[in-house]
Amino acid sequence: MIPTILFYLFAAVLIVSAAMVVSARNPVHSVLFLILAFFNAAALFLIAGAEFLAMILVIVYVGAVAVLFLFVVMMLDVDFAQLRGGFQRYLPVGAAVGVVLFVELAAVLGGWKLAPDTKALRMSPMPDGMTNTEALGRILYTDYVLLFQIAGLVLLVAMIGAIVLTLRDRQTSRHQSIRVQTERTVAETLEMMSVGIGVGVKETGILRPKPPEIKEEAHAPAEHHHGH
Amino acid sequence: MNWMLALPEIVLACCGLGILVFGVLRKQDSALICTMMTLGAFLIAGLLVLTGLPGIGYHGQFVSDSFSGFNKLLLLSGAALTAILSLDWNRQAGIARFEFPVLMLFAVVGMMVMTSASNLMTLYVGLELQSLALYVLAAFARDDLRSSEAGLKYFVLGGLASGLLLYGVSLVYGFSGTMDFHELRTLLAQPGNASPGVIVGVVFVLVGLAFKISAVPFHMWTPDVYEGAPTPVTVFFATAPKVAAMALMLRVMATTFGPLLASWQSLIVIVSIASMLLGAFAAIGQTNIKRLMAYSSIGHMGYALVGLAVGSPEGIRGVLVYMVIYVFMTAGTFGCIMAMRRKGQPVENISDLSGLGSNDPGLAMALAVFMFSLAGIPLMSGFFAKLYIFLAAVQGGLWTLAVVGVLTSVVGAFYYIRIIKIMYFDAPVEAFDRRPPALSFVVAATGLFTAFFFLFPAPVVDAAQLAAGAIFR
Repeated sequence: MIPTILFYLFAAVLIVSAAMVVSARNPVHSVLFLILAFFNAAALFLIAGAEFLAMILVIVYVGAVAVLFLFVVMMLDVDFAQLRGGFQRYLPVGAAVGVVLFVELAAVLGGWKLAPDTKALRMSPMPDGMTNTEALGRILYTDYVLLFQIAGLVLLVAMIGAIVLTLRDRQTSRHQSIRVQTERTVAETLEMMSVGIGVGVKETGILRPKPPEIKEEAHAPAEHHHGH
Repeated sequence: MNWMLALPEIVLACCGLGILVFGVLRKQDSALICTMMTLGAFLIAGLLVLTGLPGIGYHGQFVSDSFSGFNKLLLLSGAALTAILSLDWNRQAGIARFEFPVLMLFAVVGMMVMTSASNLMTLYVGLELQSLALYVLAAFARDDLRSSEAGLKYFVLGGLASGLLLYGVSLVYGFSGTMDFHELRTLLAQPGNASPGVIVGVVFVLVGLAFKISAVPFHMWTPDVYEGAPTPVTVFFATAPKVAAMALMLRVMATTFGPLLASWQSLIVIVSIASMLLGAFAAIGQTNIKRLMAYSSIGHMGYALVGLAVGSPEGIRGVLVYMVIYVFMTAGTFGCIMAMRRKGQPVENISDLSGLGSNDPGLAMALAVFMFSLAGIPLMSGFFAKLYIFLAAVQGGLWTLAVVGVLTSVVGAFYYIRIIKIMYFDAPVEAFDRRPPALSFVVAATGLFTAFFFLFPAPVVDAAQLAAGAIFR
């Protein structure tokens, strides 16, 4: 009884928040609704007994993908009003494509035949005596441990490659040099000034170390595009 | 589960991680010491391969037999020769960074996994590990426009080929229900199980692998990448990955899909003939020696595929002998090309070789040996390579391939011998810079192997025979 009520509760929130993702005017609100939708979907997985999928959904989608979306939406200057423009004009074409796709899907699902033992498999989604996290872990870390580790090496090589091809020591970046810091004398770091009463330090200015000289072949510093 | 089967790969990968950490933590220039450590790691892995026991492990995903051992030793020696050649070149080109040997090492791990693959998934992850490292290596001289272009081109086309291969794998799995090589073989032995879906899948897998060995019509990337990539990387491309991809192709085609021989044999015959023809005719007009070597390698892959088309243990033995000889003579030829340097700048035109015979008789002699061998002139090793291949073709009744092979060899001999003519009979131009000793060492070693192979062919041929027998068991 209680699972049924919870199911309808989560399902309803999921559908409402999914609708809000596409209809919200503010893109940041869209992403926040997306995160809400992910959480509700994770709850549905939990009710179905697939706790591993629920955790993965939260960790991967909410933890990484949604936050990435949020970054993109906030950092990039995308004009969403412009993207939405022409909605009326393209509506007939879009609707026609949608209808065709729907008919095709209906045709496929109409001709779908389930294997006879599907029902029995659905009733026992996990091997006896272990959780499905453990069952998946056994497959990944025992049966396919070699492939899993090689896939890890593939990712490592991708990381090395990205660093090798793009990382440059910029001439303008300021590194800490402990030797230079400890060898400085008081005379070159400290300047004694007498500040008049009521004048303040504004006019005297604040001393800063000069930036290192930029060599000629160094590239011009990249322009920074900040959002507004 | 016998995890010791993959000990050479595990040790090599751990060495790679160690060298990577060492290179990152050591602040000063550590390219030389990291390359030396990589060579040491290759040596250790080679010894482990030699002492390794045969068997199938990791739930049938990984196999260690004399076939994989043979190919692993060959690709390790190809990679070691490349590492030695890269030392002086990278320093002079300003790209001497410790990541170079590390990436090479991980590429070799991927290749070793490829030669030991006993499951379509192992095949794919090994191939991807190898390819990803090679993409980065091709673009390693990142401030050089040609190198970046080579890297990008290779990456895009290689990604496409990987996609095709993966599609083929999914079709084979979908229509047969297994990805294990042995199960596939027993399954396909019954004619009823070879559905059209499986055959289409096999063709896609074949396309993906043909791209990696740069066989016509999947060769388009080769000349540009060979020319654009830094020369040590080109040496690497021309040796070790070719061995690994060819080994994979032999194992997958000749044994796993062996029962379908009638379906794919004609494809291999066409690819082989097209590669031999293109290798012979397209190279004639080249002026850049790296491009010429690219077309030459396309042609040589065509000759090697003749052995696969036969599909018998004799044919496989021929391919393996061919690959051994090919690796050493190609590494030596590129060693000579890397010696072409004037006032510190590398030169790549064939005309720059004018009068090398009087300027530097030693280098000219070595290059002449390699050219004769590439052309297949008797008593050089290249002749024996072709001999074993054509012998197998004639025994297997594939007369067309043998005849086309001999005819294209004659055409190919024209441009190889033209280089010898330019070296010895054209007016001398300015001499090259002094050769680094490491380079002279590699050229001398591979030159001696190429010139005197005819005195001791038995060990190589016997080992190849043993290896070819292993995959048919």
